[in-house]
Amino acid sequence: MTETLLEVRDLKTQFATRDGVVKAVDGVSFELEAGETLGIVGESGSGKSVTALSIMRLVPPPGRIVGGHVKLKDRDLTTISEGEMQEVRGESIAMIFQDPMTSLNPVFRVGWQVAEPLIVHDEKKRQSAMGQATAMLGKVGIPHPGQRSKDYPHQFSGGMRQRAMIAMGLTTMPEVLIADEPTTALDVTIQAQILDLLDQVNREFGTATILITHNLGVVAGMCERVIVMYAGRIVESGPTADVFAHPRHPYTWSLLRSIPRLDADRHEPLQAISGIPPDLIELPSGCAFHPRCTFRVDRCSRDVPHLERVGETQMAACWVTQGGRDLNA
Amino acid sequence: MPEAARSTTLKRAWTASDPLLSVRGLKKWFPISSGITQRTVAHVHAVDGVDLDIKTGETLGLVGESGCGKSTLGRTVIRLLDVTEGSITYKGEDITRIHGQQMRRLRREMTIIFQDPYASLDPRQTVGDIVGEPLDIHHLARGRDRTDRIAELLRIVGLNPRFADRYPHEFSGGQRQRIGIARALAVEPSFIVCDEPISALDVSIQAQIINLLEKLQSQLNLTYLFIAHDLSVVKHISNRIAVMYLGKIMEVAASSDLYRRPRHPYTGSLVSAIPIPDPAIEKKRERIILQGDVASPVDPPSGCRFRTRCPRAREHCAEEIPPLESYGADHKAACFYPLD
Repeated sequence: MTETLLEVRDLKTQFATRDGVVKAVDGVSFELEAGETLGIVGESGSGKSVTALSIMRLVPPPGRIVGGHVKLKDRDLTTISEGEMQEVRGESIAMIFQDPMTSLNPVFRVGWQVAEPLIVHDEKKRQSAMGQATAMLGKVGIPHPGQRSKDYPHQFSGGMRQRAMIAMGLTTMPEVLIADEPTTALDVTIQAQILDLLDQVNREFGTATILITHNLGVVAGMCERVIVMYAGRIVESGPTADVFAHPRHPYTWSLLRSIPRLDADRHEPLQAISGIPPDLIELPSGCAFHPRCTFRVDRCSRDVPHLERVGETQMAACWVTQGGRDLNA
Repeated sequence: MPEAARSTTLKRAWTASDPLLSVRGLKKWFPISSGITQRTVAHVHAVDGVDLDIKTGETLGLVGESGCGKSTLGRTVIRLLDVTEGSITYKGEDITRIHGQQMRRLRREMTIIFQDPYASLDPRQTVGDIVGEPLDIHHLARGRDRTDRIAELLRIVGLNPRFADRYPHEFSGGQRQRIGIARALAVEPSFIVCDEPISALDVSIQAQIINLLEKLQSQLNLTYLFIAHDLSVVKHISNRIAVMYLGKIMEVAASSDLYRRPRHPYTGSLVSAIPIPDPAIEKKRERIILQGDVASPVDPPSGCRFRTRCPRAREHCAEEIPPLESYGADHKAACFYPLD
């Protein structure tokens, strides 16, 4: 039986800028089940990172959560005090970021930084925390962890820094790990190492993982379920196998056809998506994707489509597929 | 005897069936200085003995991880960087140490497109001036002709000619890359180094630029050296691919060959590490996960540079540098214990 760990309901996060209000996350709802790996894909500006930061309540000003709820089991994270939230961060939910160099503090030793979440949550544990941190560095594949835990971040390579970040996230044995583009800054052979590690962590500790990425290949290999975001909204969600085989939103459909595949047999021109991602201050009317959509009908520029069940396992926010059209046909 | 005639009697003249560009034993080292006297204490062996031919009209892909020297190689072959050792031949002419008038002529033949379309465009110049600058430098067009030529170049890359009066910040990343391409085309080059031209772009925009580069190649008979870290993109656009690791070419082969039958263990692991956007295929694939990190180019390993991470390495690999050897037509790999 699956148990819902994290529930996000109609989350709205906005940034008030001089040019207008940026609706970075605009009514996002999803659940994370215990032990699963959920992928969130989208391009820059799709709202995938802001969704993660909103869950952690780490949205930088002028950003603000203006609506919705984030529930961890039965606790509403949007209403608890900052002190309580600090306990949740690290203890129940940990986040790792794209660029480990800017997330590690350059003036503290790596071992201490990995131990810090434990010490913050219980000062008496300082001694044992250091031991645990060293053990965790070993678990994530840092060679000679006892010695290397005394190093500073600049003495680590990019891949090792990302491992240290993951160790830092895992020391408190959180139930949820949010990885925001954890391999984007890394080379492919190092990316393979880190994805392998995240997969191990998921299997060994049963940590539920939200993997945020723009790389559809990474999602295909790592995630049971996937959420596709465009312009601050979820446009499609469902089991990864079904979404890739049978996309129910034209954006997902086009994206899969626009990327070159290593295993492609013949050289065929890529089916590029025309136009550019929309300005979040002045979203197109109706469906935000309609100006770039090859399937659009009249209604798409008038009414905003909502996420509804399309097919047996998927959800899509599209008038065309909700009307019964099969994009693959 | 006139100079030109004498050289043809000594050597057959260059024809389009010969390599457009040939590189032999090419090295590019960067000094590392230290102390108050700024004495050179070591060198970064960025490019460390490369042999490579680029055929007329082809796209040669160059892949490798960050720091492997692929960008340095790209910049050195078009003489944006001085050569430390070795030779570069372009259309049969040795261009390793040319300068002055000859160099100016070369700059009209070969050019480069950069990764970051924002950093490589002057924010205070209008698009028209950015694209027109090569025309001014090489005295290619003036006045009305210049305006017409700029409009034509913008049209070729899919931009509205009216954009000539605007500034780079008014454009999206994909459009800026188009401006960079228009500037590169201004001198009517034969050879273009594309240095990670799509890495900074959004996924949905990358295909637009790839398709544009392919269209331009067939329309204008261009030869590309396409540098990228993403093997799927490189395989899509290239006829042949060269794989680089720590300053050396490990393998070079036709694109489909390299993917289907990699010979070098590094290529094998690189191919297996690239995720394929298909869950059914990903489930069945076996990954070769390499241990450790790339060694330092300041003090590269003896023998084969990949041996410190190679699952097949034996003693011999540390003693001798494996040469590039042929495996059938147009397929070379530098490994003593290659994959089947």
